[in-house]
Amino acid sequence: MAEIVLPTKALAVNPLKASQPIGASLAFLGLAQAMPLEHGARGCTSFNKLFFMRHFRDPIALQTTAMDQMTTVLGADSRVIEALATICDKNQPAVIGLISTGLSEIQGADIPRTVAAFRASCPHHDGVAVIPVSAADTLGCLETGFAAAVEAMIIALIPSAPSAVRRPGQVNVLASAMLTPGDIEAIKSWIGAFGLTPIVLPDLADSLDGHLIEAGFSTLTYGGTPRSAVAAMTESVATLVIGPSLDYAADLLQARTGITDHRFPGLLGLDDCDAFTQALAGISDCPVPSALERKRAQLQDAMVDCQFQLGGARVAVAADADLLATFTRFLVAMGAEVVAAVASAQAGHLAHLPTDSVVIGDLEDLEWLAREHAAELLITNSHGAEIARRLGTALLRAGFPVYDAYGAHARTWVGYGGSRQLLFDLANLLAGHYQEIRPYRSRYRQETPHDGKIRRPNPC
Amino acid sequence: MKPEDILALMTESACAHNAKTKSGCARPQPGATQGGCCFDGARNALLPIADAAHVVHGPIGCAGSSWDNRGTRSSGPDTYRIGMTTDLSEMDVIMGRGERRLLRAIGQAVDSYRPAAVFVYNTCVPALQGDDIEAVAKDAAVRYGVPVVPVDCAGFYGNKNLGNRLAGDIVYRHVIGSREPEPVSAAAMPPGITGHDVNLIGEWNVGGEFWNVAPLFDELGLRILCTFSGDSRFREVQTMHRAEANMVVCSKAMLHVARKLNEDYGTPFFEGSFYGIKDTSQAFRDFAHRLNDADLSRRTEAMIAREEAQVETALAPLRRRLAGKRVLIFTGGYKSWSVVSAAQDLGMVVVATGTEKSTEEDKARITALMGPDALMISDNDQTALIEAFHNLKADILVAGDRYIYPTLKSRLPFLDIDHVRCIGYAGYDGMIELARNLDRAVHSPVWEQVRRRLDWLRAAA
Repeated sequence: MAEIVLPTKALAVNPLKASQPIGASLAFLGLAQAMPLEHGARGCTSFNKLFFMRHFRDPIALQTTAMDQMTTVLGADSRVIEALATICDKNQPAVIGLISTGLSEIQGADIPRTVAAFRASCPHHDGVAVIPVSAADTLGCLETGFAAAVEAMIIALIPSAPSAVRRPGQVNVLASAMLTPGDIEAIKSWIGAFGLTPIVLPDLADSLDGHLIEAGFSTLTYGGTPRSAVAAMTESVATLVIGPSLDYAADLLQARTGITDHRFPGLLGLDDCDAFTQALAGISDCPVPSALERKRAQLQDAMVDCQFQLGGARVAVAADADLLATFTRFLVAMGAEVVAAVASAQAGHLAHLPTDSVVIGDLEDLEWLAREHAAELLITNSHGAEIARRLGTALLRAGFPVYDAYGAHARTWVGYGGSRQLLFDLANLLAGHYQEIRPYRSRYRQETPHDGKIRRPNPC
Repeated sequence: MKPEDILALMTESACAHNAKTKSGCARPQPGATQGGCCFDGARNALLPIADAAHVVHGPIGCAGSSWDNRGTRSSGPDTYRIGMTTDLSEMDVIMGRGERRLLRAIGQAVDSYRPAAVFVYNTCVPALQGDDIEAVAKDAAVRYGVPVVPVDCAGFYGNKNLGNRLAGDIVYRHVIGSREPEPVSAAAMPPGITGHDVNLIGEWNVGGEFWNVAPLFDELGLRILCTFSGDSRFREVQTMHRAEANMVVCSKAMLHVARKLNEDYGTPFFEGSFYGIKDTSQAFRDFAHRLNDADLSRRTEAMIAREEAQVETALAPLRRRLAGKRVLIFTGGYKSWSVVSAAQDLGMVVVATGTEKSTEEDKARITALMGPDALMISDNDQTALIEAFHNLKADILVAGDRYIYPTLKSRLPFLDIDHVRCIGYAGYDGMIELARNLDRAVHSPVWEQVRRRLDWLRAAA
């Protein structure tokens, strides 16, 4: 059990947290033909777009209602309607995610009424789904905003009466914000290996995996879960939920569809992977494919190889709750010591982590704790690079944003293979920072000290 | 901030835009708007003041996804790179605890990081709540013994350009003129030279690019009292009123500061750019001219001749590779003409330029550079821009980072000249870097490979 240390500082320094609206927008980027629309000042959207552009190295579909002084004071409902109509006219999306921000929440925008007014005034756009999400940035973090959007998608797109039809072999996957496009791709083939067909909500692997399309540039998402697939989730034989942040979304889905769900805190490390594999074997009623058994054996081999490096290694981790918990459990299971665990926002499951305490805080907290406990390795986003430089530790980049390294979207942290690669990476980083014993030179030793210069042989 | 104050900032008298009957910027269209807000612009303008703490007063949305994301570089302190925000919670807002939290936050910033000053940026939520950040700043300055500058720049006040202006105005009112510069030490000045003090206004030292140019100022005996605000220190900003000449480098938005300095202290100013050989040389000539120093003019010409000859030698092979290549420049604002000039310097054909954020004067300069038939694109629509690229048979697009991925997705060569880049293009050496990067982008072997069509590709059908 971990003690949860809540923040007492008035000033957040080097924030770890990104806002709920940005998380909600990310979730909509995993739907096909989608456009997230943030209801706030234009700056929110400009920052968020840049944030994802630099992380994914892809164009990002994102729009704003661009609240100004007049509409902030007098009411911005007409701007929301105008924005929805403009996006429908210009971009012809299948889905618009209408996301509130701190500004519109504090202003007291009545989103459901506004959506109804849009429907009344633009019946020709009835084919476009408008999904409102309440995402004040005075609460939660990226991960909770993402979860709120997934909940809103379930409410808006999945019929509330359970279906009598079951599509054999079709399974639902609710994928939390901690999963990269690379992760989701791996999860899909993992499920596919059992002859099952996954519908992933939201499917970032299909939209933000970074792929060129024939058309070149698109103003909407480059892929993602189609609306028809979301509606068909009601006919699946099982639901797999990855990440505790989606617990409430899973409850909603279960209440609507009556489909049995299997919940997983993460898919990293032997235990997590075995549990997922077991569940898939049960759902499919198929034996575990031999290729997976081989992958598992490879992971076990890496575990015995890397335990030298990881055993007792002092690691400091900072991330949103799902990812933090997944890394912490994995590291502890490898014999490493998590000397600092910092989460951007509170989550119930953090109290169950196998570490003394979890600090709800920022990267300044991470830096202080890492220094105090002489951490050898940091795991956090790109902002950790400066901290790692100051502390002289190694850094593994994970979470959002990763802007100073290529391939963050393609990184795979899940599965037997992903776990194995992570072990190699961690072991390499730790080995690279290992402090050997300083040479000792006896005063009795008679030897001309080497001047360190390399002499080239004379070419003549 | 009151609407009339915003209006006053929107009607800068030294700006040619406001001579027209219909003035100011167009209202943003909901659902089809790009670009940053007033807070974004204000913080960008002041963030390069490297020894100050920059505290964002608001919920996490404002600083969380945007801290330490600029390309500006410091040669000394890096306090400016530390992200600081009051991270207002639901309870802070409901209970009205924002002001108290801000006061404590400033205290914490001063305690932990000993900044030379604290800039406090107001954002939408506390502005709507009515937090009095001016009062908090005053109180904090007395309590903690550090200058605290309130920057009231909520995002809903307007666009990024307004934020730039507002930042300039606030610094003019709160900071400039609050300290006298120390005299130049005799040892630092080259012998036999009369030195002059100058300011650069609107130079951001993106990717450290001003360090390409700064040694030439030293050589000529021009002490830069302050660069507002690339690689600057708070104490330098305080002394800006004592310069003998000012150059407005980057933006119309900062013209206000130069005009005020001219009105109140009689400091002459001019507008220029360090992009391109011609413009860089012109900037030095303009300084010599404004400073009215014959000896400086003579030494300036000698320096220009030497630098231009050097850069010519380095550029010659690159020129041959770039000559006749067609470039579409989409930058907006000052860069719309300064980059045109740089590309033409290289013998490239500028097929069109963007004028999204350009002023009337910018457009006049484009016409002067490109002729009366110059194609100017004002639409900020990425799809339209890609179409224009094809129609104009362009070889490369030069634009801000907003356009990088739409262009690359379309398999087209691209050069980024945004403020978040970390490559410097200013000055004579910057021109070599610019030419090198243009050459690499245009001639990359990748384009041909990614455009190849194969029969078995299903997507090609």
